[in-house]
Formats: sequence, structure tokens, C-alpha cells
Amino acid sequence: MSTKHQKLERNSMGFAIAILFVASLGGLFEIAPLFTIENTVEKVEGMRPYTPLELAGRDIYVREGCYACHSQMIRTLKSDVDRYGHYSLAAESMYDHPHQWGSKRTGPDLARIGNKYSDNWHVLHLSNPREFVEGSVMPGYAFLADQRLETGHLPGALAALRRTGVPYTDAQIESASKDAAYQADVDADYEDDLIERYGDKVQIRDFDGQPNLVSEMDALVAYLQMLGTLVDFEALKSEEIAR
Amino acid sequence: MPASSNRTALFLFVPVLMIFVMGLAILGWGRPGAYVFHGWLIAISAGWGLIRLVNVMTDPAPKIPLAYKDDVIKWGVLACFSWGLIGFIVGDVLAWQLAIPAWNGDMFWSNFGRIRPIHTTAVVFGFAGNALIATSFYVVQRTSRARLADEISPWFVLGGYNLFVLLGVTGYPFGITQAREYAEPEWYADLVLLFTWVTYLILYLRTLARRAEPHIYVANWYYLGFIVVIAMLHVVNNLAVPASIAYPKSYSLFAGVQDAMTQWWYGHNAVGFLLTAGFLGMMYYFMPKAVGRPIYSYRLSIIGFWGITFLYLWAGSHHLHYTALPDWVQYLGMSMSIILLVPSWGSVFNGILTLNGAWDKVRTDPAVRFMMVAVLFYGLTTFEGSFLAIRPVNTLSHYTDWTIGHVHAGALGWVAFMTFGAMYKMVPWIWQRSGTYSLRLEAWHFWLALSGTLIYVGAMWNSGITQSLMWQTYDADGNFVYAFIDTVDAMRPYYIARAIGGLLYLIGACIGAYNIYMTVRGPRLAPATDDQRPVVSTGGGASK
Repeated sequence: MSTKHQKLERNSMGFAIAILFVASLGGLFEIAPLFTIENTVEKVEGMRPYTPLELAGRDIYVREGCYACHSQMIRTLKSDVDRYGHYSLAAESMYDHPHQWGSKRTGPDLARIGNKYSDNWHVLHLSNPREFVEGSVMPGYAFLADQRLETGHLPGALAALRRTGVPYTDAQIESASKDAAYQADVDADYEDDLIERYGDKVQIRDFDGQPNLVSEMDALVAYLQMLGTLVDFEALKSEEIAR
Repeated sequence: MPASSNRTALFLFVPVLMIFVMGLAILGWGRPGAYVFHGWLIAISAGWGLIRLVNVMTDPAPKIPLAYKDDVIKWGVLACFSWGLIGFIVGDVLAWQLAIPAWNGDMFWSNFGRIRPIHTTAVVFGFAGNALIATSFYVVQRTSRARLADEISPWFVLGGYNLFVLLGVTGYPFGITQAREYAEPEWYADLVLLFTWVTYLILYLRTLARRAEPHIYVANWYYLGFIVVIAMLHVVNNLAVPASIAYPKSYSLFAGVQDAMTQWWYGHNAVGFLLTAGFLGMMYYFMPKAVGRPIYSYRLSIIGFWGITFLYLWAGSHHLHYTALPDWVQYLGMSMSIILLVPSWGSVFNGILTLNGAWDKVRTDPAVRFMMVAVLFYGLTTFEGSFLAIRPVNTLSHYTDWTIGHVHAGALGWVAFMTFGAMYKMVPWIWQRSGTYSLRLEAWHFWLALSGTLIYVGAMWNSGITQSLMWQTYDADGNFVYAFIDTVDAMRPYYIARAIGGLLYLIGACIGAYNIYMTVRGPRLAPATDDQRPVVSTGGGASK
């Protein structure tokens, strides 16, 4: 071994190529197959791309670095399932660019936070966490409610996501800005269009309690309220998701 | 024929021009203020670089002295300590934010989520990365007995790299992030790093090619491993589609389970190749040099090196146990993580046994003590890492502070201790001083850093295990005994202890920075002897 290695030690280019070869094996055999093996992501009913408002909320979740303290991945352990609900399926994050599975639970898991609390609870809790949960160490996000939601960039955002493989239609991309604003506006009389584009599970209402303003709070709460609500687990056969 | 440095200037002109144009595009089309500021930052840095390059190309070729190129290393040392202090300060602020949540300030830029990546980027890339670049330039020249292959690209590497770090940490408070752990900077900063890194690799290979020694010394294997693998990881993990030139936002190319696996393949190997391989390179040069003993075993170095290079890349999936990642990947990652202990401890033994015959130096020389303890922490952390990768153990540790404690045992105990030890040796060498300003201060730094690390890691072990057990406690009727918030309340004393440990570490680092500063300000030694000069300079080819 030593003599062969001594040869390699005399060749800097060869050494670099040897490193690249040896180091790439792990990724080639462990990651590349995840893109080709079909049952890596289960086929389940109910998954749809995010509505523009939810996506804007997700972008805020990403921007604020929520993933540093909250996971979105319920493991198959009993103590996880009992506390947070059905374990997460790969399919549930199939449109998540990037994933937000997280690595730390300074706060609880949020994979199924949707529809567990009222909008009002979320708004007040986000604005002042310790008023609702004594002893919480979460920062306050009151500033989100004052911030008008920017929607001009959303068609571009949806188009970029389509390039990564999210099946947004032309109509969805075109009306993204409008869709975002109207999902948080009950008076807009626009429900049918949104449901036509995103299905009947879209939650359309004023989320932040400020009917005159579509704020970043609207977007974030809209996102939180849909998390984990798309797949109907009652209708799922357990063998279909067995791993 | 133009001199070699002029030729390099010509090659560098294209990437620097591309970066310049990118900066112009961002400042022209960009909408958010922080993003436009980044455009200016990029354009001004790259524009200044272009002017320098034009100057080099038009000036007559300068006479290059027969000496090692150490000026760029000095700036690397400065960058290392500056980012280190910033990273430690922000880290301790974060620790206090968890102990006293009012410290978040609840302003958009000051909350934990936005400033945590400042801490991780400043420490991992700013502090550790600059330490690696600086020491790698030092080591490759000495072990090859050749001056760096050219005069300009080392500056491009150091400058471009620090621009990348600066773009990262100044973007986070304004919400510019990819939200990929340890790869938060957005696409344009990633492009700056890409150009920088390719230049670094070429420079390193060219310098090695000019070596006057027949063999490439083991420290260079590790530095080369660090450079090559980080390039691969950086490119694959940061594949993303920008939404528009007007906004910094991009969306990662992969989604969900594939994205998570790619991210942890990256995350684990940023640890494996930046924070491990690079620092083993440091160990393999500075430890034998500091104690005047040869490396204990050549064979062990070979096994250690290729073992780490092969195995680390399989281990990332142990960050995703019991998740929606297919089980076969989880078991494969666990197995490889356990086997990884063998080459890791091979390096530990090789390091520790190198001290045989010179153990008195551990007592008399705080720099050697730093390095010795660093290797012990490396041994502890790699054992802990393999242990935590075992699935049932992971049910206890995952999502808790135990992970944080594990990372800091490695970062504070191994990475930073090795850096401080190496810096206390290298700084007097490159500035030609007889030694550090004060051994007493060095010892103070050592004991503060050690006690800070032990308090930190001890607190996190306790908090991690406590919280995890509380999450899993059921009463006789099968109900949870503790609400989530009860487990948060229980963390309070540990969070305070951790913040105090971090503070001790920070005070130690301030003393260290002062000591280094005073060393640099101190009197010079006599001029270099032949022994301290290269055999090969930029003008001629390698004499092999």
C-alpha cells in the first residue's frame, strides 16, 4: 500500500482527482437514487402547490429564520406522533423549495400546526409570545402586522418555482399578485377564482384582523394555518405509505 | 513572453469582470435597500480589483524576492481574529437571548432567527475559514519549499472569500437568506465564493506542482481534501433558481426529501471537510513543528486520510433519522457514521503519539497545550458523533441542545483550540518575532477557553437530555406529563450557564487577540536565514 501511495504523493493533480473520486461516491450512491427510486415520495391525494399568499408567508418564515427553532418533520416515534399528529410523509414537502424540516426544537414542531389555533391566537401570539405562553423564549414579531405585503414579485417567484418543477399553471402565475391580495380579503368576492385555481381547501379570509391592509402577518398566518392540512389521512390506506 | 504574474492577471480578469458586472446589475435593478447595498459592495470591490489587475498587466514585471509570500497570510490572520471576535460576541448575545428573551428586542433585524446565521457564518466561514486559508498558504509553501505560485491570485482568494462572508453576515439582518443551514448566503454571494474557490484550488495545485520536495506532505493532503470537497459541496447544495434580478430571493432546485438529504450531505461535510479535514491539516504541520517531533505514523496518516475522505460523505443522513427519508438511507448513514470512528481516532492517536518524547512542552508551552487539548476534544467529539448517529440514541438527542453541545465541543474545543495553538506559533514565525508577547496571557487564554467550553458543553448535555426525557414522559394513563412549555421552562438554568460559559470563552479570545496584537507590535528578529527561504520562487520553474 505504502509504495503505491508514495506514487500518488508525487502527483498533485492525480491526488486532487483521487480525492474528488473517493469523495463523490457517497453522494452518487446515497443521494442520486433518491431522484430515481419512485417510492421515495409517496403518491397521496390532496397535495397542491402553495397559493401565492401561502408562498409569501412561507418566504417570510424562511426570511425570519424560524427553522432555527422549529422543525416541520414529525418522526415516526410514538412520542412525536402523540404530541404532533400523524408522522410526516415525504409527499407533504414535495413542493418545499427549500425544505424546512429543521434540526432543532427550541419551540414545538409546526408540521401540523394548521387549524389547531385560531387566526387571532396566531396574530396575538406572534406579536407578543409571552402574553399567551408564559415562559416562552420566542421573539416577538409585531412588526409583521404593520408591514404591507409586497406582491409584485410573486409572478416571478411562481415562475422560478415552476422551473424547479412545481406544477404552477400559466393562469396561476399570471394572477399571482391578485390571488395573494384577495385570499386575505373577504370582501373581494373572488372566492370562486381562487378555488378554481387551487382547490376547495384554500382558506380565504382576513387572517390578521386588519381588513384594510394585506400585511405580512396575513401571509404568515395563512401559511401556518395550512401547514399539514392538505393530506386527508382518514382516506389514506396505511400500506400506501408504509416505508 | 509576459511574466507569470501578468499572465495570471489576464486569467483573473474575466472572473473579476463577471463579478463586477453582476454587482452593477444588482445595484441597477435591485429593489430592497440591503440588496442594492450588496450590489455596491460587489461592484466597488470587483472594480477596485479590476484596476489593480490592469495595473499589474501594464506595469513591468516586478522583481519577486526569493522569500515565502507571507504578506497575504498576515491579512488572513487579521481576518481570522476579526471574524472570530464578531462570531463569538454574536454567539454569546444569542445565548443570552435564549436565557432572557427580552434581549431579542423584537425588532425586525435583532431577533434570534435573523442573527443566528451571523454567528454561524462568522465563526465557520469567517474565523475557521480564514484560519484555514492563512495556514494553508503558510504550510504549502514551507512543505513544498516553494513560494506561492503567483503574486495576485492569493489576494483574490483572500479578498473574494471575505467579500463572500461579508455579503452573508450583512444580508441576514435584512432577511436575505436561503434558509439552508450553514449555506445561508444567497445565489450572488455563492457565485463570488465559486470564483474564489476555483482560483484557490488552481493556486494550491500550481504551488504544489512547483514543490522542491518529491513528496506532497500529509498536511497538504488534508488542505487539498478541504478545498476539493468544499467546492463540490458548495456547487451541488447551492443549486437554485433566482426569482428575479430585482430581489435577492432564490428557490432551491431540489424540494422536500431530496433537498433535505442534499442539505445534510452538505451540512455534515462542511463539518467533515472544513472543520475537520482542514484542521487535521493544521494539526499535521503545526503540532510536529511546535514540539520538534516527527509524525508518529505515516501509515496511520494514509488510513486516516482516505478513511475520512471516503466515509464522511455517506454520514449526512444520520441528521434525518426517523424522518420521511427512506429507511435504507438512514441505516446506511448510521453504519458509515459508526465506521467513521476508526479513521477519526486514527488521526487522534497519530496526533497524541506525536507528542511522545516532548510531553514536557504541554506543560511549558500553552500553544502546545492548546493543540493537545484540541486533539482530545476531536477524539471526544468524533466518538460522540458516531454515538449520536446510532438511531436509538438519536431519539434522545435529536432536536435538542445535545446537538448544540456536540457541535460546540467540536467548534470551541477542537477547531478553535487548534486555531489558537497554530496562530500562537505561526504569528511569531511570519512576523519574525522571537515568540508571543506573553506566555502568561496565553495560559490565561487557555484556561478561560477550556473552562468556558466545559461549562458550555456540560450545560448543553444536561439541557438536551433533560428536555428529551421530558418530551417522552407519559403518565400511567398514557398522557404526556409535560406540556411543551414546561420543557422550555426547565431549560432556563442551563441557558444561563451556557451564556456564562460562552462569555468566558469570549473573554479568553479577547485576551488572545490582544496577545497576538502585542506580538505583532513587538521587536523583530534578525533577518531570515537560508533555511527559512524557499528554494523555488515565482520566476523559475520547479527544480525537480
